[in-house]
Amino acid sequence: MTTETAAAPPPAPAALSAAEAAAQAVERRAGVRRWLLAAPAVTVIGVCGLMPLLIVLAYSWAKPADYAGVVWRFQPDAWVNLLFQQDIFSDALTPNYAYYSIYLRSVEMAFLTTTLALIVGFPTAYFIATRSPRNRNVWLFLITIPFWSNLLIRIYAIMMIIRDDGYLNHALISLGFIDQPVPIIYTNYAVAYGLIYAYLPLMVMPLYASIEKLDFRLVEAGYDLYASRLKVLWHVIVPLVKPGIVAGCTLVFIPAIGDYIIAQMLGGGNRMMLGNLIAQQFSTARNWPQGSALALGLMSVVMLALMFYAARMQRSRAQ
Amino acid sequence: MRFQDGAELTGLPAVEAKNVTKTFGAGPDAVVALDNVSVTIGQNEFFTLLGPSGCGKTTLLRLIAGFEMPTAGSILLEGQEVAHLPPFKRPVNTVFQSYALFPHLTVAQNIGFGLKMLGRKRAMVDEAVTRMLKLVRMEPMRNRKVHQLSGGQQQRVALARALAPHPKVLLLDEPLSALDLKLRKEMQIELKRLQHETGITFIFVTHDQEEALTMSDRIAVMSRGKILQIGTPTEIYEHPVDRFVADFIGETNFLEAEVTQRIGSKGEIRLPSGIEIARELGQQVAVGGKVTLAIRPERIDLVRPGAECQLAGKVENIVYFGTDTHFHIDLDSGGDMTVRVQNRRGHQEVLKMGDAVGLRIAPEAMQVLKD
Amino acid sequence: MSQAAAVPLPKPGARRAAQRGRGKPPRFDVRRLPGFATMAWVCVIGLYAPIVVLVIYSFNDNPSVTIWTGFSWRWYASAFGNEQIRDAALLSLRVAVTAAIVATAFATMAALATTRVPSFRGLTAIYAIINQPLMVPEIVTGIATVVFFALIKQLTGIYGLGYLITAHIVFCIPFAYLPIRARLEDMDRAYEIAAADLYATPWRAFRYVTLPLLVPGILGGAMLAFLVSLDDVVITVLVSGPGEETLPLYVIGQVKRGVTPELNAMATLFLAASTLFATLFFLLTRKRAG
Repeated sequence: MTTETAAAPPPAPAALSAAEAAAQAVERRAGVRRWLLAAPAVTVIGVCGLMPLLIVLAYSWAKPADYAGVVWRFQPDAWVNLLFQQDIFSDALTPNYAYYSIYLRSVEMAFLTTTLALIVGFPTAYFIATRSPRNRNVWLFLITIPFWSNLLIRIYAIMMIIRDDGYLNHALISLGFIDQPVPIIYTNYAVAYGLIYAYLPLMVMPLYASIEKLDFRLVEAGYDLYASRLKVLWHVIVPLVKPGIVAGCTLVFIPAIGDYIIAQMLGGGNRMMLGNLIAQQFSTARNWPQGSALALGLMSVVMLALMFYAARMQRSRAQ
Repeated sequence: MRFQDGAELTGLPAVEAKNVTKTFGAGPDAVVALDNVSVTIGQNEFFTLLGPSGCGKTTLLRLIAGFEMPTAGSILLEGQEVAHLPPFKRPVNTVFQSYALFPHLTVAQNIGFGLKMLGRKRAMVDEAVTRMLKLVRMEPMRNRKVHQLSGGQQQRVALARALAPHPKVLLLDEPLSALDLKLRKEMQIELKRLQHETGITFIFVTHDQEEALTMSDRIAVMSRGKILQIGTPTEIYEHPVDRFVADFIGETNFLEAEVTQRIGSKGEIRLPSGIEIARELGQQVAVGGKVTLAIRPERIDLVRPGAECQLAGKVENIVYFGTDTHFHIDLDSGGDMTVRVQNRRGHQEVLKMGDAVGLRIAPEAMQVLKD
Repeated sequence: MSQAAAVPLPKPGARRAAQRGRGKPPRFDVRRLPGFATMAWVCVIGLYAPIVVLVIYSFNDNPSVTIWTGFSWRWYASAFGNEQIRDAALLSLRVAVTAAIVATAFATMAALATTRVPSFRGLTAIYAIINQPLMVPEIVTGIATVVFFALIKQLTGIYGLGYLITAHIVFCIPFAYLPIRARLEDMDRAYEIAAADLYATPWRAFRYVTLPLLVPGILGGAMLAFLVSLDDVVITVLVSGPGEETLPLYVIGQVKRGVTPELNAMATLFLAASTLFATLFFLLTRKRAG
């Protein structure tokens, strides 16, 4: 036994009293009960949500079968194709420009959507957050309801408006502004507009949550120190609501980059985004491994964005 | 000393804590909330746990209620060990600081909750609820929802709810802290009345020493996980055992004195002014050592300099309080004292700043403190 | 120094104050930023405009979708009479109700297991798994599910609506979970402590105190799950088998076939139903003021 030195070791955990032992037994039973309670949800999602992803991962390394499914033979082509195309004749690898343009469009769209959503959403969220509490709820209600209405129907509504023989063109022609219908649908603009329209509430909500918590006395201090309205906005308000901005941008970016429906309905077959490309692999192109690889690639980008968001949240919480 | 041991009153003590220790956490960050605390609380007592925040009073209450288990020691209710029992098996009820009234139930349903959980028949529950509503004078509120009540009304419902199952002990965790002053005073009287009428042992937790003094049969003064003194309000106030208790309860003056003689527990001490007094001393102090005296401001008389007195000094400040006047005296022998003089004949400008005065203090008013 | 009546500089909000006619000096509203109010209005109007247009034209008497001839209910009548629409609606409801009930039940249990509990090993993992459907793009979930089910169908030979419902349950669970968890987190633990103090065993405390207080959250979660299932397009498109046509699928199909005013009417009805449920959800889960 070593003798006690000047720095005494921390006291060993005291033997538990009978009462505390009883309490611990109850705690343990409660722990088991918790696992049982969480089990159904976790099992369902684990089996039907996570496991399929693993299967997708496996598929991405396999060979496409003739109609659907895969042939279980190792073939890394799907992954290579993400970046490079293999020339049938020369076996040389050339950059897969076709895919690149789709990646680029997806990222462009997502960024464009996010930026525009921020530009429109920030003033809106700010306005709502500065109303009286009663009005605030009304405004929030108004913004939220369209969001929970069926996305498809809302995009359909937009479609009806911007089609060549849609309401907008009809009105413009009958009012005499133009002679021929302006092609709006099936352009990049249409898709962008659709994306913003669909996901704007996802930008407004977190922004609103952040701005609502803002201590306006700090804003008052800014004005007191000779800042103009714009300066106060940029130097005081924006930094303080940064968590909301990051949250809103992330929440819009993620569905925008993975979008399938809006690009299909408003972009036609031409303005393909990543989502459409992936879906195509599982229908007409009949290349499940390729679709799998693309899907996993998309998921990685989204995961990266989420991790960035989580890291930002951690940092702001630590402040 | 009366009521030192509650068991003298009737049979078994209502609550007994024996060498109770409660530690939270482990290792170097462990917090010792209660350190080897023992206390006996008698039947039909209004017992108060008094101390500043963090002293452990609420922890002790929670141990009695069953929301915590002691790390060591035992808790007995009427002689029976209960430390291992969960709260719903103990015949003890609590009035929480936040009231914790069930928002989805009416007043009547709240009050009847405990009896319902005990499986009493509907008729009996209703009858008990009616009785309780009458006891706390809330009959018209019977079917109201909790959020429709004022703070004081919620308080009374919380009381009724805890009393309805007629527990052996009622625990009150700073129940009056959310009320404004006037309501507080009313509720203090109300609580005393309830305790008398129901005969249930009340254990009351507060940090307000005035509240403790006015309401309690006995008080336990706590600090940093230990009980410093248990006694009646009079004992605590007039004979505090140590500096903390003296300082925490009311206002006190402290004076150092030197021990000049000792015979057993009696001895003589010399005040800084040179006067010697005979007092009872504790064991520890030897001749030549120092003791601290506690002297209440209202026990000091101001006399003309030169008259018989124990200390002398100059008036440094005069503060008028309406009912009385405080004189801050700079002592000739060093240090200062506060003297409180009641304005029996209204405000009289007999003394001015800078006047010399003598302080006459009866020896019994000088309490020798444990070190 | 006398207070001379200085000519006030025009301040923002001066007009508003004057309109109020109270005669109070105009305040410098710290919160007002130029143009923001306009943008907010534009935003809301922009959100509702397409919907309003859709609704209005659903009453258009003219079979040609865009030329307005008169007000008429005929398309609604025709939509109700359309068997395909009826079948699609019924199927949507069947799937949504089943998925919502199961998902809400599972989510409630999971929320009880993971909220207001001391952190235990695996808690973060459980939380991550439950929220996983929200973090993965729908297209990826969709194809992964298709792949998985295809495999199972191959191995077992079992077909049926169960696959679609299961797929819906998977993404409904997190939507039901979040409002329930939020409500549970907000619940003051003091109530359950008080119940224990008043002789309620843990089960009875749950039944008489926790559960009643949790009900609005559970209903809100169910409502959300129902809505989300009803609205789903991407996963349904990919996972549904032949003959399993939900309302969104019908809309997509019809758009390809050719837009009819009947579709407008149906779309409006669908929108009305969504709005109704969304309103219910809003009312159930909003925090009481004060």
